[in-house]
Amino acid sequence: MSRRFPLLSTLIALAGAAFFIVPLIATFNFSLRMKRGELSFEAYRSVFDSDVFLGVLGFSATASLMAILMGVLIVVPTAYWVRLRVPRARPVIEFLSLMPLIIPPVVLVFGYVRLYGSSSILPLTMTEAGTNVLLVIGYVVLSVPYMYRAVDNGMAAIDIATLTEAAESLGASRLRTIVFVIFPNIRSAIVSGAFLTFSISLGEFVITSLLNRPAFGPYLVQMGQDFAYQPAALAIMAFAFTWICMVLMEAFATRKPGQRLLQWRAPRSVTKAKS
Amino acid sequence: MIHTAPPSISQSETVPQATPPTPPRKPARRNLSWLGLVPFLGFALLFLILPVFYLVNGAFQTPDGRYSFETMLSLSAPEIAGSYGLSLRLSFASAAMGTVFGLILGYALLLGGLPSWVRRAFMTFSGVASNFAGVPLAFAFIATLGRLGLVTLVLRDVLGINIYAAGFSLFSFWGLTLTYLYFQLPLMVLMITPALEGLRPEWREAAESLGASRMQYVARVALPLLAPSVLGCFLLLFANAFGTLATIYALTSANYPVVPIVLFQQIRGNVLYNPNLGYALAVGMILIMGLSNTLYFILRRRAERWQK
Amino acid sequence: MSFLTLKNITKSFGPNTVVRDFDLNVASGEFVSFLGPSGCGKTTVLRMIAGFETPSSGSIHVGGMDVTALPASRRKIGMVFQAYALFPNMSVRDNVAFGLKIAGMPRAEIDTRVAEMLDLISLGSLADRYPYQMSGGQQQRVALARALAPRPNLLLLDEPLSALDAQIRTSLRDDIRRIQQELGITTVFVTHDQEEALSISDRVVVMHKGRADQIGTPAQIYNRPTTRFVADFVGKLNTFEARVESPQSIFFAGQNIHDPRHTDLTPGAPITVALRPEALSLRPRPGDDLSLPGRVLHSTFLGSVIRAQIDVAGQQVSVDMFNRADATLPVAGDMAEVWFTRGDVLVLPSVM
Repeated sequence: MSRRFPLLSTLIALAGAAFFIVPLIATFNFSLRMKRGELSFEAYRSVFDSDVFLGVLGFSATASLMAILMGVLIVVPTAYWVRLRVPRARPVIEFLSLMPLIIPPVVLVFGYVRLYGSSSILPLTMTEAGTNVLLVIGYVVLSVPYMYRAVDNGMAAIDIATLTEAAESLGASRLRTIVFVIFPNIRSAIVSGAFLTFSISLGEFVITSLLNRPAFGPYLVQMGQDFAYQPAALAIMAFAFTWICMVLMEAFATRKPGQRLLQWRAPRSVTKAKS
Repeated sequence: MIHTAPPSISQSETVPQATPPTPPRKPARRNLSWLGLVPFLGFALLFLILPVFYLVNGAFQTPDGRYSFETMLSLSAPEIAGSYGLSLRLSFASAAMGTVFGLILGYALLLGGLPSWVRRAFMTFSGVASNFAGVPLAFAFIATLGRLGLVTLVLRDVLGINIYAAGFSLFSFWGLTLTYLYFQLPLMVLMITPALEGLRPEWREAAESLGASRMQYVARVALPLLAPSVLGCFLLLFANAFGTLATIYALTSANYPVVPIVLFQQIRGNVLYNPNLGYALAVGMILIMGLSNTLYFILRRRAERWQK
Repeated sequence: MSFLTLKNITKSFGPNTVVRDFDLNVASGEFVSFLGPSGCGKTTVLRMIAGFETPSSGSIHVGGMDVTALPASRRKIGMVFQAYALFPNMSVRDNVAFGLKIAGMPRAEIDTRVAEMLDLISLGSLADRYPYQMSGGQQQRVALARALAPRPNLLLLDEPLSALDAQIRTSLRDDIRRIQQELGITTVFVTHDQEEALSISDRVVVMHKGRADQIGTPAQIYNRPTTRFVADFVGKLNTFEARVESPQSIFFAGQNIHDPRHTDLTPGAPITVALRPEALSLRPRPGDDLSLPGRVLHSTFLGSVIRAQIDVAGQQVSVDMFNRADATLPVAGDMAEVWFTRGDVLVLPSVM
């Protein structure tokens, strides 16, 4: 309405932008100062040259991907089933899916260490493989709140119950319905949840460290204790990595079925009409 | 993050039962549909409920296996109580600052007449920054405001302000609060956005046409409408800060005795000389997190009632 | 003496001019409706009267005072919005009292006035309810009471009935008119619904592309549209291409029609004439003196009305007749005569 220049809002936005950006600029600048007297990417080079870096990154990426796979296998059928057949169970399932937000990771892993330790019926932490499984499970638990919501929102957007009834009235079997109708329609939602899971678990520290896994989170802490410039370089890379995950998550979360991910490409129908 | 479908805590009482309390004439087939939930419920039982139950059970036992309140009561020992006090104060300070500054920034972005690309840029950045917690965040702040951080040096060498000589330390209470603010503030912006967008322009116009000034509108209509959302967001930020471990661990090399750090050390090696005290510590955390989340859900409900 | 005067109002948003050369005088106590399709500028004019928008040029006077530059909060207007816009954090009582509290009225007086207002809208029993506990119709009544409580100079209603169910819409429409007449308050009502505008107003302003196409009483607007747009937008029309034969007769649908009313027509000029469906009948009524031969295409039973489509000289013509218990539907394919009186023939201006 008033066409005056929004001075106060501008000042507030500038202050906010400064608070957000100054640490990034400072960190980036700091990360370039490894060589005395000049700015260089030496810190980045030294990080990438280290075998340990690649080793822990590989381990963490594998564990994160396993967590995504396991999370999808647990969450997607459950969310589908709740919407389709047992809507009465919805409050319970939703409460359980949000519970990991209430239980801090340090508490959760404390429970794991005691419950699945040496004197347990299921002594997962006694073997290397068992501990890895527990690690992946921990990541799944951390990501369930986000994964469940992403998938459930995806299903809400396409009215899963009606779609299933429509497919079945046309003679499709349940399996066919899931594979050819439901899954393609919620694929974007799943991918969106997957990126969030990936960004949460790749640098996860608490569970990883307490299970003594040679992963990225504990490596970061160790780097912070041993070096000065490499941590800044790692922080910048971590920020860029988080940014990419968030952008992809957002892109997939808002994508409609059939729509191309990259907006600047013309939609298929338009290209066809023109040719 | 933003909860789109808040289950109220009381609904957890409707735990699935083998025989639903519906009339007995229901076809038996119907009960079988519960089976589809077994994988999820089993997973939650094994890796969420049982571990928590194990800790809760332990928190109400003495080391020799006797049930008692002794262990929980020992949380009041000076150093433990001190840890809780420190955690509560740190969470409160960072949540309060995040809430106030986030509300102001959100209001300016959404209702302050700024071009929409500014809002979009902030929203994208907030999505990233609110997830940029943990060890890398600590590194970034060390490089910025540490003893040799760039901002510290620029302030000292260019402006002649030596913040460390003036008593500031990144590894002190306010330094940690400032670091937390880096993810608390954008989280607040993201969470308060729906409530701010829910303020309909007609309300302002209606108030104006009834003679109200801009300030009277804010005081009598906008703020009361936002209050439940703001309070709810504060509680969520509070819980968020309370559970934060990695950031503080990397910043202070685990030398700042907030509750999560003490618990972490206890799991690493028995620093409390009483394993059950560790359980009590964990249960105390769950209680505080659970309480603030429950209140958040209740307030959210209230706020949603008005959004219709 | 005009109470609300809009002089030469123009409003542009960037390159788009949404209101142009708008003039209007509203007498004290008059009820004026702005009628038009969406995007015609009617709401923008209303918002300029309210003070939510500033005209690009022109002036607005209320009660002899120039308010063009006055902020909305000081204009003493009552506004009712399409989506109710009740304050959701306040009870009905507090919503109605809001303007009075802002004005600093003593508490006791506020209580009396609020009670009086709730009485007016017959919702005294719901004073302690919150907006979310009420139906849309009830909320809109409260919004009306809230707007009227501070005794405003002007009442502005921005499509207040559009969000409501059909039945509530009619009853609230009647309530609005009753209350307006009781209080004698000058009122401007914006709507896209012609029935609403025609039934409630003293005068109607039909708006089209930012201009007032025609200003007149409901009967004038409906019976004597002066522009093609008004004729098309208000009511349903059968139009015929026609030709002026002599200054007092026009030729259409194969017949010469003698009409002494149209004396200003140039012989030989092509014109358009129109007939309302309800002016036509398939059997002669008293006074019907003209008829056109045709054939029934199909007919539809609409309850109170039977609507027949008749093919007249290759053109489809709608005929509406009141239903009666002994009425039978015209049968498709039958021959029919379409009857009307010459007074019902509208001659439309050839320009838009």
